[in-house]
Amino acid sequence: MLDCTPKELIKRTGGGINPAKTCQPIGAMYAALGIHNCMPHSHGSQGCCAYHRSHLTRHFREPVMATTSSFTEGASVFGGGGNLKTAIKNVFAIYNPDVIAVHTTCLSETIGDDIPTIIKGAEIPEGKLVIHANTPSYQGSHITGFSNMVKGMVAYLAEATTDEKKEQVNIIPGFVNPGDMREIKRLAGKMGVRFIMFPDTSGVLDSPMTGKFEMFPAGGAKVEDIRDSGNSKLTIALGYYASSDAAHLLERNCRVPALTLKTPVGIKATDDFLMTLRGKFVREIPYELEEERGQLVDVMTDNHHHFYGKKVAIFGDPDILTGLTEFVLSLGMHPLHVLTGTPGGILTGSGIFEKEIKAMLAAAGLEGRVKAAGDLFELHQWIKNEPVDLLLGNTYGKYIARAEDIPFVRVGFPILDRGIHSYLPIVGYRGAMRLVEMIGNALLDRKDRDAADEDFELVL
Amino acid sequence: MAINEKMLEEILNKYPAKVKRNRKKHILIRDSALETQEIEANTRTIPGIVTNRGCAFAGCKGVVLGPLKDMVHIVHGPIGCAYYSWLTRRNKARADEPKKNFLAYCVSTDMQESDIVFGGEKKLARMIDEVVEIFKPNAITISATCPVGLIGDDIQAVAKAARAKHGLNITAYSCEGYKGVSQSAGHHIANNGLMENIIGEGDWEEPPSKYTINILGEYNIGGDSWEVERILNEIGYEVQAVMTGNGSYEKLKNAHVAQLNLVQCHRSINYIATMLETKYGTPWLKVNFIGIRATIESLRNMARYFGDEALIKRTEEVIEKELAEIEPQLEPYRKICSGKTAFCFVGGSRGHHYQGLYEELGVTTVLAGYEFAHRDDYEGRDVLPNIKADADSKNIPDLHVTPDERRYRLKIPAERMEELKQEIPLSNYKGMIDDMTDGSIVVDDLNHYETEEFIRILKPDIFSSGIKDKYIPQKMGIPTKQLHNYDYSGPYAGFRGAVNFARDVAMGFATPTWNFIMPPWKNQPLLEGTVEDCTANTCVEEVAT
Repeated sequence: MLDCTPKELIKRTGGGINPAKTCQPIGAMYAALGIHNCMPHSHGSQGCCAYHRSHLTRHFREPVMATTSSFTEGASVFGGGGNLKTAIKNVFAIYNPDVIAVHTTCLSETIGDDIPTIIKGAEIPEGKLVIHANTPSYQGSHITGFSNMVKGMVAYLAEATTDEKKEQVNIIPGFVNPGDMREIKRLAGKMGVRFIMFPDTSGVLDSPMTGKFEMFPAGGAKVEDIRDSGNSKLTIALGYYASSDAAHLLERNCRVPALTLKTPVGIKATDDFLMTLRGKFVREIPYELEEERGQLVDVMTDNHHHFYGKKVAIFGDPDILTGLTEFVLSLGMHPLHVLTGTPGGILTGSGIFEKEIKAMLAAAGLEGRVKAAGDLFELHQWIKNEPVDLLLGNTYGKYIARAEDIPFVRVGFPILDRGIHSYLPIVGYRGAMRLVEMIGNALLDRKDRDAADEDFELVL
Repeated sequence: MAINEKMLEEILNKYPAKVKRNRKKHILIRDSALETQEIEANTRTIPGIVTNRGCAFAGCKGVVLGPLKDMVHIVHGPIGCAYYSWLTRRNKARADEPKKNFLAYCVSTDMQESDIVFGGEKKLARMIDEVVEIFKPNAITISATCPVGLIGDDIQAVAKAARAKHGLNITAYSCEGYKGVSQSAGHHIANNGLMENIIGEGDWEEPPSKYTINILGEYNIGGDSWEVERILNEIGYEVQAVMTGNGSYEKLKNAHVAQLNLVQCHRSINYIATMLETKYGTPWLKVNFIGIRATIESLRNMARYFGDEALIKRTEEVIEKELAEIEPQLEPYRKICSGKTAFCFVGGSRGHHYQGLYEELGVTTVLAGYEFAHRDDYEGRDVLPNIKADADSKNIPDLHVTPDERRYRLKIPAERMEELKQEIPLSNYKGMIDDMTDGSIVVDDLNHYETEEFIRILKPDIFSSGIKDKYIPQKMGIPTKQLHNYDYSGPYAGFRGAVNFARDVAMGFATPTWNFIMPPWKNQPLLEGTVEDCTANTCVEEVAT
């Protein structure tokens, strides 16, 4: 397995081997699925749309509906305006969504299609909407694409219509699973705060089996709610990379103050989220959440001997990694390697990702390697040089875990070889408890597997 | 229920006029009384239609080149295309030499904005150097993604320079996603490249054994090729090269020595098959190793081609032995499957191939189609002279090959060849339509709207297609079977594969989970008991207590 990966680190400048990111458009498609009655539209070659739908379907095991401009060589030379106009007409006529959310691709960006102008010239039925986001695949990553589509929602839909801001909070959940979005909504609901979450893929990509197929399932953020987000008194952007740009745009356009918090993975990030709601909306934390927190601290303490001092390598999307790294530190583990494929400065450079993780390590008095815009080939080499007890990351990590015989816990996007994960949260106290269980089980299954008969124990 | 022309018209009426005119030509109701039934295929999908189709890059790198295991396949472009075509197709491979299976590696130039603006040729050249240094592969391919052609990166020149620098077979494929109308364009581009640059590069002049064959258009999904090779080896064939499942540069370069080329997936590889015939005089035989009868027929046709009595006898012995092994295993599954109906919509050959296997389980295919096939895959190769080239197909040039002066050999006498052509599908394919029963529906590039409509009317018991449409029928309570990737099972080819397929399909029908869709409270009133004649007050009181 991966036996051509050498231990010696080599300086590479020709691109990436075994990426820890993918391209912008899939993030934009995922975000657009979080609008109720919305058809995501990929303005590019058919292959982009086919790849994104396939990939999202494999992760969620749910139908992923999206359309494409089906570029041909002619359209690539003369511009894709005609294709997009035809597509808009056909999508409304055949599938009848309320909104079409167009995102671009490297093809349409390279030829410079001017999407707003094309949309202006398109036949759009009364009461229907077409929004768009520029998502060039040669910048950033799928996280950037998600961020850009959420910005598009704000730019096209959010309006400040009231003189006074309403006692409500906008929550931008970031590129997380529908199960996480449900949990974030539950927490906000328990706090008794009126909230608008967008995008919201719960009820869309975790829809129930009813014997009936719904092209546009019941879930998703409603257009009127996204409009009303301009009247909220606060936007909480969960995750710097996936959510803060849209929150800042909303602040500029509608004077809704923006606050960026970590994706609430782990105890500290969840505390921060709840404390923010408590402070901004003057609501006491209900006992039910305090009890959940207490239970989490209880299991963390009861089982600390399984975790303390264990070395971990973590890879995936930057917002999730920030929370995950903080949480494994809370468990007394040592994050030795932390790597994301997404460029740290969103477009280029190492940016705040490396700074933030390094600061966490420093505060814990630990050292480790941290990298933005890295790839899994490099992560594997790091692990060969400095072995770890556990690997945390998406499905692609299983090849490294097998090659190096390391316990592996699947967290993040995509998870293609296991089901159910997208229904269950990793955010909030309950999500953290789930992480404790998953990590603990992986470590202990290995301990049991490796133990000699005389060391094999009933109680651990 | 069968569908008639009127019902078809009603389905199409939902479409805007232009779409209706277009889609009408892609759908037909099978009627064997008609001498020919023409279907439109390999034309553009209309923008805005939810199609299953992908692009030329997917057909070239994803389908044809990707499975070649001892080569590193560099994708020149932004990260996505390399990422999505990384380990997602289930083309299995085992290394023939240590450290010479690179399928778990995804290599991309990961083009950034500056590369788009200033050109990416230098970065590509650096990536080739790095790949040579790290992996030491037997050969390298470079596949282009959309922006590469648009910004004018000359990947052919980069490949040529790298070839000279490293003394390695390094070839470039201009398979930008916008070329052609589907994956099919990419198959053609890959076929041309392999034929021009790799096949025949080896120095073998003679086949290594008496019955040396190549298997073309077999991608070893779920291990299909291994099951086929197991049977062929048992009979006494030597498989030189598989194109391209578990295939390698080392085998491919000497593929020219084979005495017969088998063609499993006609759509993706027929170009190489016909070019090998022209260049080396090797005929091709259309085979189908999906389904028991089809496998037997393919084996018998192969034996007949070689015409050797011992081989014919050995073929029958193996068939008998295999059947004895699998028949008892199939029986319980047949009981579950019998009497059911299926939709069978796959890429360019399986939409046809799986119908026979379904039939053997007692499942009737009521609708079939291809995602990206051409008219000859539906109507048979006789229709080839009548297919008009359009702007999209003209963009993919045909490679003109001529007989190789040194290596061209007639494998069997011309006269015998003509006789055989009457008996077996030698250098011929008669297409899907011919095998379909009257009243069944043939749809090219089936889309989401039509899928829903045809399911509503025909109510199939199982829907077999791919990942993008898998969960749609499943939400309706209809079992699905992915025939692109076999739902992570397989092999489905050959004799043992048929048993795996039967087991998996039966499992889809038999899983108890379908029984829970309707919650028990949906069919039961909230209050049970008899309604008494009483005043409103007393009744409310009773309920409240």
